[in-house]
Amino acid sequence: MRASPNVESSPPEPLPGTAAGMSGAGVRPGGAAWTGIVLSVLAWGFVLSLFFLSRERLWGMGRGGRITADLYLAAATLAAMALALAYYTVRGVRRRQSGVAKPRGDSQWSIASRHFKKNRLAMAGLAVMIILYVVTLVTPLVAPYDPAAQGDIVLTRNLAPSWEHLMGTDKFGRDIFSRVLYGSRISLTIGFIAVGISVTLGTLVGALAGYFGGFVDTILMRMTDMMLSFPRLVLLIVVIALFSPSIWLVVVVLGLTGWMGTARLVRGEVLSLREREFVQAARALGMGDWRIISRHVIPNTMAPVIVSATLGIGQTILTEASLSFLGLGVQPPTPSWGNMVADGRDALIEAWWIATFPGIAIVLTVIAFNLLGDGLRDALDPRLRT
Amino acid sequence: MIGYLLRRILGAIPLLLGILTLIFFVVHLAPGDPTARFFSPNVAPEVIEQMRRNLGLDQPLHIQYFKWLWSFLRGDFGYSFGQMRPIGEILPEVLWNTVQLTMISLVVIFAVGMLIGIVQAVRQYSIADNVLTFLALFFYSMPSFWFALMLILIFSLKANTAGWPIQFPASGMTGVEYDYLSFGGKVSDRIMHLILPATALGIGSAAGVARYMRGSMLEVIHQDFIRTARAKGLSERTVVFKHALRNALIPIITLLGLYLPFLLSGAVLVETIFGWPGMGRAIVDAILQRDYPMVMATSFVIAAIVVAGNLLSDVLYAVVDPRIRTE
Repeated sequence: MRASPNVESSPPEPLPGTAAGMSGAGVRPGGAAWTGIVLSVLAWGFVLSLFFLSRERLWGMGRGGRITADLYLAAATLAAMALALAYYTVRGVRRRQSGVAKPRGDSQWSIASRHFKKNRLAMAGLAVMIILYVVTLVTPLVAPYDPAAQGDIVLTRNLAPSWEHLMGTDKFGRDIFSRVLYGSRISLTIGFIAVGISVTLGTLVGALAGYFGGFVDTILMRMTDMMLSFPRLVLLIVVIALFSPSIWLVVVVLGLTGWMGTARLVRGEVLSLREREFVQAARALGMGDWRIISRHVIPNTMAPVIVSATLGIGQTILTEASLSFLGLGVQPPTPSWGNMVADGRDALIEAWWIATFPGIAIVLTVIAFNLLGDGLRDALDPRLRT
Repeated sequence: MIGYLLRRILGAIPLLLGILTLIFFVVHLAPGDPTARFFSPNVAPEVIEQMRRNLGLDQPLHIQYFKWLWSFLRGDFGYSFGQMRPIGEILPEVLWNTVQLTMISLVVIFAVGMLIGIVQAVRQYSIADNVLTFLALFFYSMPSFWFALMLILIFSLKANTAGWPIQFPASGMTGVEYDYLSFGGKVSDRIMHLILPATALGIGSAAGVARYMRGSMLEVIHQDFIRTARAKGLSERTVVFKHALRNALIPIITLLGLYLPFLLSGAVLVETIFGWPGMGRAIVDAILQRDYPMVMATSFVIAAIVVAGNLLSDVLYAVVDPRIRTE
């Protein structure tokens, strides 16, 4: 491990639990200017290209026809992002000019972020992920066509990819590219919310089981083992098919069937944390169990949880796609990558592009999340840092 | 060792009972019941009522639960409404079909995955390592249903239209003319039908095994006893396959149990796509027909296989690593 003075930069990490009290160890001057400038140039290019892509739509915005609220939301997001970037740029430039550096200590997170930034593959994963989420937010501006608009059933049916339709059209003459973009919304949102549910639940179960031990531990862990012995997809299709499938049911059930890994992970960590001095100190100070768990134990288990959550989003996106492919996830008029592949299944010979492109979108997204997760693990686990 | 084995097996019994209970309540608390598909203007409500009574659906839930549990424990799985056959007859057939598929892909997964992992570890940071790492990541991140469709598209449909020398059948377990083939023809027909589904099912897990194998091998290869082995003048081959591989295999064995749920999940999709008459398709069909006894029986069998797989990997782990037993 080598100390790298003068290289660190950029906006502060938004990670929770930054130990701010550890200053004094390696104070480095920050220079956010170049990152800010590069980012804002990129952002400006992005805005311009968006503008060129969707000129007609922006001018025709008042006339309606499309989902207008969506459009305003997307525009507002874009504006907010541009403002934030501008703010960071200005701040960085000003700080560099005044020469005043904010003292920053070496916390666990800042060390990890230093290692993370050196990992090019992980940074690529992060970049793809950010782009994906940005695209999700501004989809109505980027998508060239309405995802639900059916074309002429004779003239625009099953068209091969061309400049007009980047990824071709399906049997109803709908533009695949637009549908893939709209599908990213569904897949990413579902992945994010479901993993949020399962990580919260898993952390809670694992922390309770590990902290209290004994009877509570036995009950909770037997429950975890039981849930683990169902193949996830089987449990999901049983539950979803018996109740009627809808997006919210899918999200909730995905969340409720994904917490077991996190629970085991957190329990293992808590078992060793429970015996540490700082927990004993907290207990000696007369803190309640709940306060010790939520303020002292759980924050210290966050590093592996973040890694498993990142990898979990990728897996959840895959699972959601599988469900939609079986017709049990997102229901047809709404595009999702899974049900688009299912659509293409019937027309594999005459129109291979229908099934191929949504599949590639899934693969790219999941690769990005896996790269990011691997990179985070390497950065956050002291044993894996080289 | 025997004591350890017994303890593990006894520990699995409450787990299986818990699974049975969970399955029963998930299925019975869902709205709708098996008589729902007979609802129509032509069927009198009294007939439906009579059907419910015949099936025992009018009794309180806990009575139904104990009745079902009791008959289940005696080995009577009930009667499938969907196929109008006793489930005890259907299960062995579909189970055998799935076992064929999963066993073949399990062999493929571990053979291919371990080989790739070893190559990567021995040639760490070489071009081959980087390419294989990326390929592994690619296949690991791929949805199996999409890969299955792509395999069909290329090796079955495109191969057929382009007239390639090797074409694979797109679905089913046997060809149309299977009954008229000689013995050798039957075997090769079956193998041809197995290749695409087994590949689609196994490739993601094989990539996972390769990733683990690489890490595990690297950990071992940098240890002192490997350097000692090399210093003794042993050939690289002996060092890698005899000294390093044996120690690197220990964590891989646990994967055997871990991949079973993945494989069975994948089997649901792959069997649906390839028209493979196994457990996965049986459970999907049963659910769509609201065939409750069948849903409960198949999901229990799947869960039991997973429990058995975990048990097996624990026991194997204890065999290779004596420290586990005395815990």
